[in-house]
Amino acid sequence: MTLSYDDVVAKYEPVLGLEVHVELNTNSKMFCGCSTVFGAEPNTQTCPVCLALPGALPVVNEKAIESTIKIGLALNCSIAPFSRFARKNYFYPDMPKNFQISQYDEPICVDGYVDVEIETDEGPKKFRVEVERVHMEEDTGKSLHVGGATGRIHGAEYSLLDYNRAGIPLVEIVTKIVPGTGKYAPEVAKAYVAELRDILRALGVSDVKMEQGSLRCDANVSLRLIGAEKLGTRSETKNVNSLRSVERAVRGEMIRHAELLNAGGRVVQETRHFQEDTGLTRSGRSKEQAEDYRYFPEPDLVPVAPDAAWIEELRATLPERPSIRRKRLQEVWAVPDKEMAAMINADVLDIVEATVLLGSDPTKARSWWLGEISRIANDKNIAIANLAITPQDVAEIVALVNAGELTDKLARQVVEGVIAGEGQPADVVAKRGIKVVNDDGALMAAIEKVCAEQTETAEKVRNGHLPAAGALIGAVMKETKGQADAARVRELLLGHLGQATS
Amino acid sequence: MIRNSAAEMAAKLVAGETTSVALTQAHLDRIAAVDTDVHAFLYVDTEGALAQAAAVDAKRAKGEKLSPLAGVPLALKDVMAQKGVPTTCGSKILEGWRPPYDSTVVANLKKNDIVILGKTNMDEFAMGSSTENSAYGPTHNPWDLSRIPGGSGGGSSAALAAFEAPLAIGTDTGGSIRQPAAVTGTVGVKPTYGGVSRFGLVAFSSSLDQAGPCARTVLDTALLHEAIAGHDPKDATSINAPVPQVVAAAKSGDVKGMKIGVVKELNGDGYQPGVRARFEESLELLAKAGAEIVEVSAPNFEYALAAYYLIAPSECSSNLARFDAMRYGLRVGDIDGASAESVMNLTREVGFGKEVKRRIILGTYALSSGYYDAYYGSAQKVRTLITQDFIKAFEKADVLVSPTCPTTAFKIGEKANDPLAMYLNDIATIPVNMAGIGGMSLPSGLADEDGLPVGFQIMSPVMKDERMYSVGAALEAALLTQWGAPLLDKAPLLGGAR
Repeated sequence: MTLSYDDVVAKYEPVLGLEVHVELNTNSKMFCGCSTVFGAEPNTQTCPVCLALPGALPVVNEKAIESTIKIGLALNCSIAPFSRFARKNYFYPDMPKNFQISQYDEPICVDGYVDVEIETDEGPKKFRVEVERVHMEEDTGKSLHVGGATGRIHGAEYSLLDYNRAGIPLVEIVTKIVPGTGKYAPEVAKAYVAELRDILRALGVSDVKMEQGSLRCDANVSLRLIGAEKLGTRSETKNVNSLRSVERAVRGEMIRHAELLNAGGRVVQETRHFQEDTGLTRSGRSKEQAEDYRYFPEPDLVPVAPDAAWIEELRATLPERPSIRRKRLQEVWAVPDKEMAAMINADVLDIVEATVLLGSDPTKARSWWLGEISRIANDKNIAIANLAITPQDVAEIVALVNAGELTDKLARQVVEGVIAGEGQPADVVAKRGIKVVNDDGALMAAIEKVCAEQTETAEKVRNGHLPAAGALIGAVMKETKGQADAARVRELLLGHLGQATS
Repeated sequence: MIRNSAAEMAAKLVAGETTSVALTQAHLDRIAAVDTDVHAFLYVDTEGALAQAAAVDAKRAKGEKLSPLAGVPLALKDVMAQKGVPTTCGSKILEGWRPPYDSTVVANLKKNDIVILGKTNMDEFAMGSSTENSAYGPTHNPWDLSRIPGGSGGGSSAALAAFEAPLAIGTDTGGSIRQPAAVTGTVGVKPTYGGVSRFGLVAFSSSLDQAGPCARTVLDTALLHEAIAGHDPKDATSINAPVPQVVAAAKSGDVKGMKIGVVKELNGDGYQPGVRARFEESLELLAKAGAEIVEVSAPNFEYALAAYYLIAPSECSSNLARFDAMRYGLRVGDIDGASAESVMNLTREVGFGKEVKRRIILGTYALSSGYYDAYYGSAQKVRTLITQDFIKAFEKADVLVSPTCPTTAFKIGEKANDPLAMYLNDIATIPVNMAGIGGMSLPSGLADEDGLPVGFQIMSPVMKDERMYSVGAALEAALLTQWGAPLLDKAPLLGGAR
């Protein structure tokens, strides 16, 4: 029988540890000049260095160091005046050198923190997640194991290797253990990754696309009996590639651990792979025997010793912290808490801000993105950012409505058209022949037609029973296929039936 | 013509007395005549060399300004990547691999129009002191074909001594340029670490490897040194500073007022009497030339060999991990159903020789968790101490000197089963690599007891390479006066007529 989450947290205290890998968005790789663009033909973005041909040597990408220092500063870390690269030795076909250049005991940034705020039963509550280190390394290539049941190298008929990713700059951000979250561990984990993502995006150092793997989270979870000192055995869940999955993975692992512990079993120290479809994890590599990576300082590279003045220069360029920005936007836009939370949750803050910056008023921008457009995104089951509608389009649509050239109802058709790929709002309006009918002659014809058809209702209005006008207005709107301005219809209709219009 | 120095050949080319094609062909003929006996070359690039030579001749005919060594042929150690030309590092595991790129050294050679004749034999991945560890068979010492030509760059030094090439490129991790030079009666220079780019030099031990020039005269090595040296943005450890003025130093050969420090620890017990006699004589000649001879002590040198045999294998265990049959080179056991792991294992089992495996195992062990501090960590501390010894010694002397190796060339096979005895050959050359300073070996005569060449080593501080050239040129001139003819004139004739 599956244990309920409430039962788990009634008995155990979860302890988190989060490792986030971020692919930097530098133009070239960490140690060579190859392009880093995602999705190119396999093995076209390679050179002697990232293929580890004999004799090739790495040279550090200065931009990557700059980005890493910025990340460290944004996470409140101290920047080491002297740090070194190290070799992490292990054999695997997708790692060309059979060692990864990483940082080991001398990382570039240490001792930072990220504050996150989550909703709790007692209202919003702040948690501080301490960052142990931020270090630089290179990504491996990608293997595709074909044949075999598991998609893993063992049992595969053959494997395909793509080295385009080999050598892409990676930054690894490792937290200290995070105790004290109690039952909110899944939410804190999610909020931390979300905050990190927002910080990285604001810094402009990474695409932070979890689904493309440019931001990857490994969630370490362990349980201990409430009140116990000693940490439990942890599992490390990999392949967690959305914010929602972070939350699900932590929750799922907590339940799995608790079931094992309750049954008198023990948790195995291992890596586990998150399964998006089931929300469960499956066993990966055992970590019971600590792997010996034979780290030693990378002799092909010189130590990184960033100039203190340069660090201060970079500090001065740091953008507004996302949490502060959110507070500012909420104030300026006068958004209620609940609406603000909805925007953050739907991940539309940036897009709404962009729309406002293009001239839309905040309320309308928010209601389009959070309403109609979010609904379409949900229906289509794709991320809002991937829809074919831009802040520019929405700003234009809002402007057309304000100018009286579109009604809200017509504007929805334009939004649909833009998303369907029919072009920009003006194109959609033209192609679909959408326009507000404000030709009084055409409207009067429709009004006369409707009044002739519904003589009884018309008579009631003529006799001063104004609520009856609604039915006539509705009929006129129907007659004009919704393209008429309802206010103008009302005005003309009442005038036609001898009633005051104000 | 092939017995001239490179500088003399270059002068003849400039004077129009010969062409690069003729000069190159003469060396190709010489290789054809003697290399079956010497086995200095693993690959002779006849077409490539002649094409390059023809191109230089054409440039010269057009009156283009050419570099000092333009048109002069050279032998390239097979550890240097050359585009399209087989590069094996003396190992089976790289059999058939043709690099798609040029090492920086090769690019510099081509830029200077130096004609590359082919690739020379070496101990596998530069691990050895005799060239016996080549997977393609040993190279023979032109002074006595039953003896080793030194290692790892025995192919390059033998090619020079056999007049198969006037210039050669070597690489020196613990003495692989200097020891072969010593035992073949030629000149070899290990520049300051970072002075010559390592890009395209297939790594043995990254923090120790250094490419350098080899030739038959001090001036020729200086000319080649200037052609290949300089900052390279593709090598992070390359020094971004002007190349030391080594040609000017080699031309002046002035040692008046220079202080020459004899390293107490690199002499005495264990050094062959003939080696010591030639060393003492050379000191006297230098003193006569106006240098002041002083004694210096380097107490930590006695730990250099032990530390070297932890650091170099550690780095090599990681550097050689890339030879896994996945992307290039040998692939063994790739039959239906074989896993990547078994192919990697089988390929490395078959592809690497005994000495390479020995060092990979040593290094893997030294880096292992729980042993790292005791082995690799301690070795790095020793390295620091050795560097400090040098710094102190250079406060007392402008250059330091010692015999290059304790003995003359030994017989092929003599030490093959005694790695420790083999390792001792490099006892005087290793400290230089540990500290990253410059070192040169030049011939100081023949040992009385066996009539074989003896090397004299000169060491100079970081980026003060010109000093060893000054001293080397002075000693070379004094010795030549004493001998009346180049030492190599005493070497046996090979392949018939001179």
